[in-house]
Amino acid sequence: MTIDAKDRRILTATQAGLPLAPRPFAVVGEWIGMDEAEVIARIERMMGDGVIRRIGAATNHYALGMLANGMSVWDVEDARAEDLGEQIGALDFVTHCYLRPRALPDWPYNLFAMIHGPDRVAVETRRAEIAAILGAACRENDILYSTRILKKTGMRLAKEGRPCSG
Amino acid sequence: MHRSRLQEDSLDATDRALLNLLQAGLAPSKNLFQPLAVATGLDEAEVISRIERLRGIGAITRFGPFIDAAALGGAYCLCAMAVPEDRFEEVASKVNAHDAVAHNYERQHRFNMWFVLACETPAAITTEADRIARQTGLKVHRFPKLREFFIGFQVAL
Repeated sequence: MTIDAKDRRILTATQAGLPLAPRPFAVVGEWIGMDEAEVIARIERMMGDGVIRRIGAATNHYALGMLANGMSVWDVEDARAEDLGEQIGALDFVTHCYLRPRALPDWPYNLFAMIHGPDRVAVETRRAEIAAILGAACRENDILYSTRILKKTGMRLAKEGRPCSG
Repeated sequence: MHRSRLQEDSLDATDRALLNLLQAGLAPSKNLFQPLAVATGLDEAEVISRIERLRGIGAITRFGPFIDAAALGGAYCLCAMAVPEDRFEEVASKVNAHDAVAHNYERQHRFNMWFVLACETPAAITTEADRIARQTGLKVHRFPKLREFFIGFQVAL
């Protein structure tokens, strides 16, 4: 999917946040010299194309009382990883679930499932549920609790279309 | 970044309802907040001032469009580093200085720093990860997704 220069102007103007005003897209239009209807039409199109996943809020799980955040990681037999990954991903307490490459010898795990909970006891209970589903197909597992958010900005597009100069 | 829990009384039922609706997402329209007013029984001005407050107290870290790098032909990559404790802050500053770093978390493990690179091209992921490795002198382990089973950005509040 490609975006043109005007789309990019909308995205770069709003990626730090939309204005909290009754007509936010009119304000964005004023910022970038585009009329409100065009801003909305372009955003709708980008949502249709999947370039914009949603317009919404990112919440701070810590601040909302989800104090324990564990990245549970599992070394699952390759032949069964797809099938079991589907089952783990379908659990309502798993917010993200991915199959990723191992980094042997340091890192034997290929299935990653993020578990949030009000405390570690709750997260451990949920982790045990995952372990029960994986059964003997899982050789080793671990959980990495987050102790600090160091950065949380989301994706940033370059203003001029330069990819990721950092 | 707010790390501590909010006071128990800082969010009422209406705030929680708003947060759930905001996590799920809004349809773009002129009066973007109007559907939230209808759903919560508040007037639009009050919806907006509540969102302002939620952002002010750190319950909302960002409100706006969420871009999918993959749909733009780009990519994400989860990366991990084993950072010596006495270098942690210095390395965190170096890593966070990159625009391509969308999130970064400290975690309890030998691999104690986990961050996500989001770039507009797959090639830029390699460039950025290599640059971070060079700047820090540390190995950047890369865990690109092979398969995504579910992405739920929503935690029921």
